[in-house]
Amino acid sequence: MDAKTWKNPIIAWVDKRLPIFTMMQHDLVDYPTPRNLNYWWNFGSLAGIVLVIMIATGVVLAMHYTPHTQHAFESVERIMRDVNYGWLLRYLHMNGASMFFIVVYIHMFRGLYYGSYKAPRELLWQIGVIILLAMMATAFMGYVLPWGQMSYWGAKVITNLFSAIPLVGDAIVTWLWGGFAVDNPTLNRFFALHYLLPFLLFALVFLHLVALHTSKSNNPLGIDVKGPQDTIPFTPYYTVKDMFGLGAFLIFYLAFVFFAPNFFGEPDNYIKANPMQTPPHIVPEWYFLPFYAILRAITFDILFIPAKLLGVIAMFAAVLVLLFLPWLDRSAVRSARFRPIYKQVFWLFVADCILLGVVGGHPPEGVWVPLGQAATAFYFAFFLVIMPLLSFIERPRPLPSSISAAVTGKGVGISAHGVAE
Amino acid sequence: MADSTLASPHAADDEETRRDFLLIATSTVAAVGTAFAAWPFIDSLNPARDTLAVAITGVDLSPIAVGQAITVIWQGKPVFIRHRTAAEITAARDVNVDQLPDPQPDSARVEKPEWLVVVGVCTHLGCIPLGQRPTDAKGDYGGWFCPCHGSHYDSSGRIRKGPAPANLAVPPYRFLDDNRIEIG
Repeated sequence: MDAKTWKNPIIAWVDKRLPIFTMMQHDLVDYPTPRNLNYWWNFGSLAGIVLVIMIATGVVLAMHYTPHTQHAFESVERIMRDVNYGWLLRYLHMNGASMFFIVVYIHMFRGLYYGSYKAPRELLWQIGVIILLAMMATAFMGYVLPWGQMSYWGAKVITNLFSAIPLVGDAIVTWLWGGFAVDNPTLNRFFALHYLLPFLLFALVFLHLVALHTSKSNNPLGIDVKGPQDTIPFTPYYTVKDMFGLGAFLIFYLAFVFFAPNFFGEPDNYIKANPMQTPPHIVPEWYFLPFYAILRAITFDILFIPAKLLGVIAMFAAVLVLLFLPWLDRSAVRSARFRPIYKQVFWLFVADCILLGVVGGHPPEGVWVPLGQAATAFYFAFFLVIMPLLSFIERPRPLPSSISAAVTGKGVGISAHGVAE
Repeated sequence: MADSTLASPHAADDEETRRDFLLIATSTVAAVGTAFAAWPFIDSLNPARDTLAVAITGVDLSPIAVGQAITVIWQGKPVFIRHRTAAEITAARDVNVDQLPDPQPDSARVEKPEWLVVVGVCTHLGCIPLGQRPTDAKGDYGGWFCPCHGSHYDSSGRIRKGPAPANLAVPPYRFLDDNRIEIG
């Protein structure tokens, strides 16, 4: 990047030795962004802001929280009743977790629709998948901390997943627990990791952005930027758009915080953990429901592999398959706008994910079992069969010659100045 | 950016525009909003309501005989309560106030002359002075002696000798009746 001359002598002095101001200018102001990004492109920056809100509220909450089985539940109630604005900080954190997943899931579906995972953005996408995994681990351990009934039994069920591993499964579970049941050592390490992981997340987000700014943003047309006439600088155009999106998002988020703070939660988690009694109906938080449905869909053994192990493998595979997406989808066209069949299958896939979520929220009885199995089959078929097949059988629509041609309808070479005014 | 005119939202001439006004107004609202949003985070670090609830300590004085002293805990700090003898009261009053390092008459430091209530934290660097137990060194002035750096307090808790800059603090307290006080 070119070293810019700064008017302020202090900024110039610092920048010559540590070019942070040049980097900020380069990545937050000048960053050439496709001029046709729509509102689905807001969700990346929203996710980053939610991460910051989660870290800020989390650090303050940790100052009042006690990670001990005898005190954890009471310390959370103390935060709610006695700590100044403790209720607000906790509800921001609690609902922030749900908001984080809403925003990130939309961000991922956007990437899926517009082919943002395709070359040259494969690694960018894969870092995103790792971020999702780290988020899931963080959210799971955070949910254990209040030490309510759902915290305890959620921890028990999820850690027990690892007992499905042949030979060493039980040893691994004992190691995870630091004992012979979910108990104080488990709570202690979960708290330590719940505090650590967000900072690793932050580092991963940084890598995600470095990769993004190397290969540059995709756009709704999915075609490459061909020149300066196809882009506008990030500031002011997309800073303003992101800020507007943030305002709308905060209204949505705070409506839950102030008017329905326990909407996403389970009432059972306001009952203190009781290792001697399982609640009649355990469900994970909503953002895990589709994966929970996949876990429970496998009710049969295949050859020598027991159903329990298969379910665990299927659940992890449901996330890990995303890592291979850039190579499962061979189509040269990125955006679903120009892929008539994929466009429809994509919405079927969205509906399938929602259906899996609904199935995951119901007890595995009656119609829910075959329904969950069918939805799971479609989930994997989408990635492993439909995606590769479509690459060959689908005839994409013709692509526009350039972003500016498509946006202005006048063709390449129009004065960018004229459009902006 | 190749086309630099596109980067500037301002008018070509340097006059103030409607856009400048909107930018400044929006930034101001955002800054005020951020400040309001920061307040719950800052205030949450202040004492919580359960902490404030135990910030008042009640003490029954009836078991304390003349010449005895007890130490009670108030807001996490030791408070000295001494049932002073007539000799100690006289000694505390019979002082040229102007010559004290921290001039204060005894009458300004007690509600009732026979009861002295002071925070038992040396005003030098926070040690707890000796003098509560009969076997303790009471210093040269019959009050308290801080072993950390050698400050001497008199029977009114006033600094008389040594590095401490001020008298032992008198906490806010009131008599509920003849034998009970409430500190805080």
